[in-house]
Order: sequence, then C-alpha cells, then structure tokens
Amino acid sequence: MQAGAPRKHRFSWDTFSAVATLIPTLLVLGVFVYGFIGWSVYVSLTNWNSLIPSNTFVGLQNYLDILQTYRFQSDLRNIVVFTVFFIVGCLVVGLFLALLLDQKIRAEGFFRSLFIFPMAISFVSTGVVWAWILNPNTGVNLILKSFGMKHLPEWFLSTVIIPNFGLGQIDVGIPLALLAVVIAAVWQMSGFAMAVYLSGLRGISDEIKEAARIDGAGAWRLFFAITLPQLRGTTTTIIIILTAASLKIFGLIYAMTGSGQEFVTDMPSMNMFQTTFQGNEFAQGAAIAIILLLLLASFIIPYLVSTLRRGDEA
Amino acid sequence: MKRSRIIAAGAAALIALTATVPALAATAPKGELQIFSWWTGVSSSKALQSLINIYEHEYHAKVINEAVAGGAGSNAKAVLASRMEAGNPPGTFQVHGGNGSLLSWVQANDMVPLNSLYKQEGWYKVFPKSLLNLITFKGKIYGVPVDMQRGNVLWYNPQIFHKYHLTAPKTFAEFFHDAAILKKHGITPLALANHGNWEATLLYCDVLLGTVGPEKYEDLMTGKMSWNTPGVKSAAATFTKMMSYTNSDFSALHWSQADQMVAQGKAAMNVMGDWAQGYFTTDLHLKPGSGFGWAPTPQTKGSFAAVTDVFGLPAKLKDNTPTLNFLKVLGSEKGQDTFNPLKGTFSPRLDANPAKYDAYSRQAMQSYKKDKLVLIIGQGGANPGFTNAFSNAMEIFVTNHNIPNFVSAIQSAAQSNPLS
Amino acid sequence: MSIVWKRTLRILLYVLLIALALLYLVPVYVVLVTSLKTNSAVSLSQMWELPHGLSFSSILSAWAQLGPNFGNSFELAIPATLISAVIGALNGYALSKWKFRGSSVIFFLILFGMFIPYQSVLIPLLKVLDAIGLYNTIGGLILVHVVYGLPIVTLIFRNYFAAIPYDLVEAGRIDGTGYWGVFTYIFLPLSIPGFVVAGIWQFTQIWNNFLFAVSLTNPPNQPVTVALVNIAGSQTVQWNVQMASALLVSIPTLIVYILLGKYFVRGLLAGSVKG
Repeated sequence: MQAGAPRKHRFSWDTFSAVATLIPTLLVLGVFVYGFIGWSVYVSLTNWNSLIPSNTFVGLQNYLDILQTYRFQSDLRNIVVFTVFFIVGCLVVGLFLALLLDQKIRAEGFFRSLFIFPMAISFVSTGVVWAWILNPNTGVNLILKSFGMKHLPEWFLSTVIIPNFGLGQIDVGIPLALLAVVIAAVWQMSGFAMAVYLSGLRGISDEIKEAARIDGAGAWRLFFAITLPQLRGTTTTIIIILTAASLKIFGLIYAMTGSGQEFVTDMPSMNMFQTTFQGNEFAQGAAIAIILLLLLASFIIPYLVSTLRRGDEA
Repeated sequence: MKRSRIIAAGAAALIALTATVPALAATAPKGELQIFSWWTGVSSSKALQSLINIYEHEYHAKVINEAVAGGAGSNAKAVLASRMEAGNPPGTFQVHGGNGSLLSWVQANDMVPLNSLYKQEGWYKVFPKSLLNLITFKGKIYGVPVDMQRGNVLWYNPQIFHKYHLTAPKTFAEFFHDAAILKKHGITPLALANHGNWEATLLYCDVLLGTVGPEKYEDLMTGKMSWNTPGVKSAAATFTKMMSYTNSDFSALHWSQADQMVAQGKAAMNVMGDWAQGYFTTDLHLKPGSGFGWAPTPQTKGSFAAVTDVFGLPAKLKDNTPTLNFLKVLGSEKGQDTFNPLKGTFSPRLDANPAKYDAYSRQAMQSYKKDKLVLIIGQGGANPGFTNAFSNAMEIFVTNHNIPNFVSAIQSAAQSNPLS
Repeated sequence: MSIVWKRTLRILLYVLLIALALLYLVPVYVVLVTSLKTNSAVSLSQMWELPHGLSFSSILSAWAQLGPNFGNSFELAIPATLISAVIGALNGYALSKWKFRGSSVIFFLILFGMFIPYQSVLIPLLKVLDAIGLYNTIGGLILVHVVYGLPIVTLIFRNYFAAIPYDLVEAGRIDGTGYWGVFTYIFLPLSIPGFVVAGIWQFTQIWNNFLFAVSLTNPPNQPVTVALVNIAGSQTVQWNVQMASALLVSIPTLIVYILLGKYFVRGLLAGSVKG
C-alpha cells in the first residue's frame, strides 16, 4: 500500500502532471456521464409519459409505478441471477482456458483467436443461432435424444423457477430459461476473460514461480499460493467490465429469446428500451435507468472500496 | 529531462487530437430529402427505391434513404423519437395509420395538416372515406397512405385441408372442429410464432373482432366501451382454447417460421397479416391457391383489419417543399401502382389498377373496398402507452392463461392511457 | 515425474484443447452452413445439415449490401480504439503510480461512467452532438466511443500498472527522469499486454456497436453494423444473408485478434526487472 504514497502533501510537478493527465477525461465524463445522469434524474421526476414533453414535477411517482409492475420485478430477479451466473461462468471458463494456453503449447495463437472469435460475431446472429441450437424441438436436443436421453431440457422455453417462493407479484428463484441464455453469453464473452487472464498470467514473473518451485511447492500449491493471488487485480478488472456488460446485455437476449414467457428472460435494459421508445413513456424509462444505476452503485462501491483498501499492488 | 519535456508535449498534442479529429469529418449534405422508414427488407426496400426514383426524376432532387430495421420498427421508432425530441426531424417518416403513433405525433404538435395538399391533388375522392377517417383528427388530415395490408387473414395448407376433407373455418366452432381432426392426425392445427410478442396480440385482436363484431370492436378501440365486458373475456377464453392447438415453441419462433411450418405441412393454419403472402410467394416460391390458401379469420368476414403505412409532413422543417413534392409522388396512382406490386401490398386508392396485382391482392382489394375497416393493437391501432401495457399483459397471458388478471391488466392500461 | 507420464499429460492437454475448440465452433458451424444455403432451404428442422451444393449467392448479396459501409467502420474503429487506449494508459498510469489526495475518488468517478445505460441518454446525446456540429459525422461517433470507452480502458491500465512494482518508478527517478519520462521509458514498454487487452475490447465494442451508429449517423455515413442489422431485422428475414453478413462483418475483428494476440508476450516484466 505504501506504493503510491510518498510525497502526498508537498506540491510537486509530478503530482501536477498526474492531475493534469486526468482533467480531459473528467471534463468529458462530466458532460457525457454525469450531465446525462442529471438529465435522466430530472426527467424521471416529471410526468413526461407521452410524446408531448412535460415538465410537471410528480416526485417519485414514476419510481413507485415502475417498481409495482410484474415486469420490472421480474427484471430485478433476472438481472441478479443472470449477472451472477454469467460472471462466474466467464471467470471459471476464462481462467481455465488461459491456464491451458499458458502451458507453452503449440499453435497457441490459433486456439487463442478461436476462443475469442465468438466475441467478434454480431449478437444479431449469435442470438438467432443459439435460439436454434437450444430450441427444444430441433436443436441440441436431437443429439441428446440420439444418446437415449429421456427427459430433455426445455432450455430457454422453460418457465420453471427454482426454488420459487412468492415475493411481491412474482416468483423468486432461478428461472431455468435464463441459464440457457447464460450458456450463450458465456460462450460469447468468456474469450475476453481468457485474454485478460492471459495478460495477467504473462505479467507474473517467472522468478517468483521458480523460487516457490525450489521451495518444493507442487503444481496445485503453486497455483493457489502464487498464481491466484497474483491474479486478484486481473479478476477485479474482469468482474467490473463484465458486470457493466451484463447490465447492458440487450442485443443477444433480444435476438435470442426476447422477453420470454412470463418475462423469464426479460432484462431491465429491454424494459427500459420498450417503455421509452415503444410506449413513449420517457419519464418511466428514465426511472428504470436511475434505479439500475443506484442498484449498481450499491454493489460496486463497497466492492471497490474493499479492493482499493486491500491494496492491489500485490 | 529535455526528452521528457518533448514527451509531455507529445502527450498534450495527443489529447488535443481527440478534440480536433472530429472536426475533420464530413458534414451532412444540405437540401436533400431525408426519408425515414423501417423498410430494409428485400422487397420493401426495392419498392421504396422505385418511389424515390420517380421523385428524383420528376423533381430533379436528391433523397437520403434512411431506412432503419428492427423488430416491428422498434429501432426505427427509437431513432425517430430521439431525433424528434432533439428537434432534428427527418423530411418525412413512416408511421402506421390510426390512433397509434400517428395520433401521438399530432397531439405533440409535431405534424402539419395536409388538407390543402389533398384538395390540390384531388385525393378526397380517390381514397375511401373509411380510410381517411383513420388519419383525420379534428377535421384535419395528417398523412398520405401509400399501401394497404390486411391483419385478419387465416393462412392454411391446401394439401392438408384437402386430405382431411376440411374447408377453411368460418366460425370458431368450425375452427375447433377442424383443429380436433388435425390434432388426431399428428398435425399441429395452428402454427404460432411469438418471438416479438406482437404476433399473439394480433391473434387476440382477430379473435376479439370475431367475437364481438366490428362495431363493438371499434367502440373498445376508441374508448367508447369498457374493456371489462363479457366479449373481451370470452375472446380471451377462445384464445386460450386455441393455444392448446398450437406448437409449444412459439416464443422461440419468428412469424415467418410459423408460416414455414404451414408451407412444410407440419402445421395446418396460421393467423398473420397478409405480409405473409410475400413470404409464401417470394421466399418459398409457392403459388397462391395451390401452394397456400387463405380466408378471413373466423367470424371476421366483412371486416378488414387495416394496416397501412402513411407518411406525413413534420413540423419544424426548414423547407416543406421537398417533402410535399415527395408526398405528391407517394399518393399518385403512378407512384402507388409502382410501389405496391414490388412490396407485395396493394394500393389504397380506389382507382388502383387490379391488373398490376396478383390473385391474392386482387381479392383483398375487393374486401377492402366494401368491408368495414378496423385497427389492430400493435399495428397503429392504439396509443403507444396502451399498446406497450397490452403487450406486457399478453406476454404473461400467453403462458399462464389467467383470464381475470389479463382483463384487469388491459382495463387498467386503458385507464392510464385513455383510448378516446 | 517420469517422461511417459509427462508425455501423457501433454497429449491429454491437446485433446482437451481440441475438444473445447470444437465445442466453441458449434454455433460458428451453424452460422457457416446457414450462410451457404439458399433461403428457402433454411429451416429449423434442417439446421444441422450441410447445404446441398454450395450457394455463394447469400455471401455475394451480403457483400453488396455491406460493402459501402465498411470504410466508415474502419474510419471509426481504428482512431477511436487508438485514442481511447492511449488516454486510458495515461489515466491508468496517473491513477496507479502517482496517487494523490482524492485520486481514489477520481478513479471511482471515471469507473462509474461505464455503467451508464446508453439507451436512456440518446436524446441528450443527440442534442449535445448537434450543438457542437458533430451529429451525423464519423468524428462525432469517434468522440462518443472514446468518451464511453475511457472508463473501461482506464480500469484495464490502472489494474495492469498496479501490478508493476513501485521500485521501477523509484529507479526511474534515481536516473533523473520525471513523470513523463518514467511513463515513456519504463511503463510504456511494459504496457503492451495492457494495450492488447484494451485494444481487443475497444475494437470489438466499437466495431459491433449498433445503437450509437444508428442514432447518431445517417446514410451514407453509417458504419457497417447498421447495414448488418438492416439485413437482419427486415420483415421477412433472409437467414442465409443475415448469417453471411455476420461472418463478413466479423472478419476485421478476427484479424485484429490475431494481430494483437501476437503481443501476448511472455515474461515482459521479468526481463525489465532484471535490466
């Protein structure tokens, strides 16, 4: 933690340079992020819920309205379930792939490009293809059937929610249909996690590993005692980026399943888009955006504070 | 130290570059007519291009074709709404005729009335009164209709119907009679696709129309009648019963995939707007009559669920002339009879030339001229707020079949987004 | 460990890699065979089957519709990726190695920018770009992508640089170089994997972005994704042309992956610590 600490109080040209470096970024983000968030907050407090712009202040009415809908309650359940499974999936698969590729193998470049390739294909098409592959009547189930499997999964057409207890208007639990979507999303994004992990692995100096090896550490110990702790910063990077990607996931699900039966695969981003632009309820759409941001801040801030405090120079 | 200063200067220059790069980019050409639509498909874009060609030729002007695709125009609607709200409207834009988005734009004072254009071009006599009613608000006309499509068509596989000695069902009783026979033979009676969720809404509207009849249906759609009526409930019950004769993977399918099931003989019937006809003939190369059959959906003979695309004159344009000139082409007999055969739709003008259209369209034209025109939710029939709420209710109802919840959801949707 | 055991492990490793590669290729296979079929031959029940005779018509048709927009995408994605990566590297350097009072707060403020839901800010975005004269220009799109890419790129570089020991800064200072010198001579050469990751992310995001492209530009200034979605989202979807388009559009990104991937160099840091 002492890393960046020296000369904190005295003025120096170096500190000045550091601050100056950040100013352009802060200026543009001040407009394009914070200015626009301010605009959204303002809109969400008005009754601009048709094509006729309105400045009438209605307080938190839009928030109350939106929170009481079956659809938005489903969205909150879905986004939490999806994000958790998606991120864990990407981290596990990505790290596994990166470790395999880090074994000084031949044709590393070929395999690496192949595993990232899904990210390059537009969601518009991958969504459609996954909908075909996971269609219970025609897709991968045909293959499972030929292996003699009796109870074929319903994939994204399932309306089953486990464990399923009622809360508000909805059933709370893990909608199985979402897991099918997670498979598609992990396929598409795990390559990026692999790439980041690979860059992290390549940053661990061989000397440390060598020293541990001389001390008699086995492969497993080496992994858990040296490699994994060294990848902590890398993991934080991936988690944050994929959380942002997960909250905005739109194209893939829109093309693959849409909102799903009883909104089992609906996402806040889709709700926001349709509320705003199909229903022209701009104030309610803005309220959804703000609720999302608040939710996110409540998760991300504690996480960031703890990682910053722990000191990620390790 | 010197070197580091050079580097500092370099870094500063790079930051400055981010500000200057945009300035080097091209600016939008001025004085060209921007035409905004969601016509990006093969036949519809070809049809639009033919209209643009006529306009560019006759007026020596240039057009920017701003077609934006997306599920039932959803992307297009988002871009359009953003541009209108930001005070940057296109020269003219596509919108469904009826009390949907068109009326909303009118209410927001974003449209200019076209009565004088209608008088000048003699269009009051050319378009039927029933159609003009759909685009007239408080005595002012706000759009020029370019095409006509029908939303209450039952498509069927003639081979299957012949094999089991069936005829296209005229009533719901006949429908369920046929469906039971088909199901017994292992054929899906009714193909359903609901990936976009507007498809089930269309089916429900057709069932409702067949249940309550066109007059009461219109009363419901214009807010003259409460949605808490027995007709709405019994239509919901019929709809639920129909659902038991459909394929189970409906929420995974796009509308054309349901029609493909019919064409392949896996399913016998499908309810869809007559844009399906373009899919049967152009994509699957089937002949009207022998390759696919059609009839009005049960109990809706004499009603024509009109889905029409209209273009209007946005307010706040710098120069109205290019738009007005384009609208003249759009509404002309020449323009419409060039456009519609290419698109697979027909011209809403009474003097349209039937010889230019195929067997299906000629028959649809006949119905259009004598039937009562009604509107469909999701195809321009009701205001956007109601439509969105209805569609949310449908997303739940299509699976859980809970009629009381469905009806009360529509009712509260009608209360918070009044239809009158 | 015996040599035989080691050999077996190596073989198992390759078997595993090949199996995973095949698994990853299943959806790509479906995209590919669909794009080579005629439109009437595309159907759900035959999705796994190979096409009867090759039909390149869909690829030609896709190229005809996409071709004119490719140039715009290159003009957009290359500068936007480079600019955001460079600024992000500078930000990450300042935030990881020159902490000052409040730098954690600034880091958080920058980071939070990545979570803003783009759909909800289209209207003010359009207004701002119109006001500064950049609506309907590739320059405007570059600006937007740089701005919204900065949080992620800054994060990537900050966490990447944080793993580099502070001793290197001290060493640079002893040699008499300051803030910029340490960056240029010590950190920039070490940051190649960071640039690879940032470049992969940014290029993919910018190249595939549809929402900004369709909202902020009109023809003929639109990037290729708009043309792609226009093919995909029509009333009757031509699945074969759509799949062929998606493959064509993905090729430049794949090339970027292959080119950048070469710089996943091993032991960069180890060498520099020694030197």
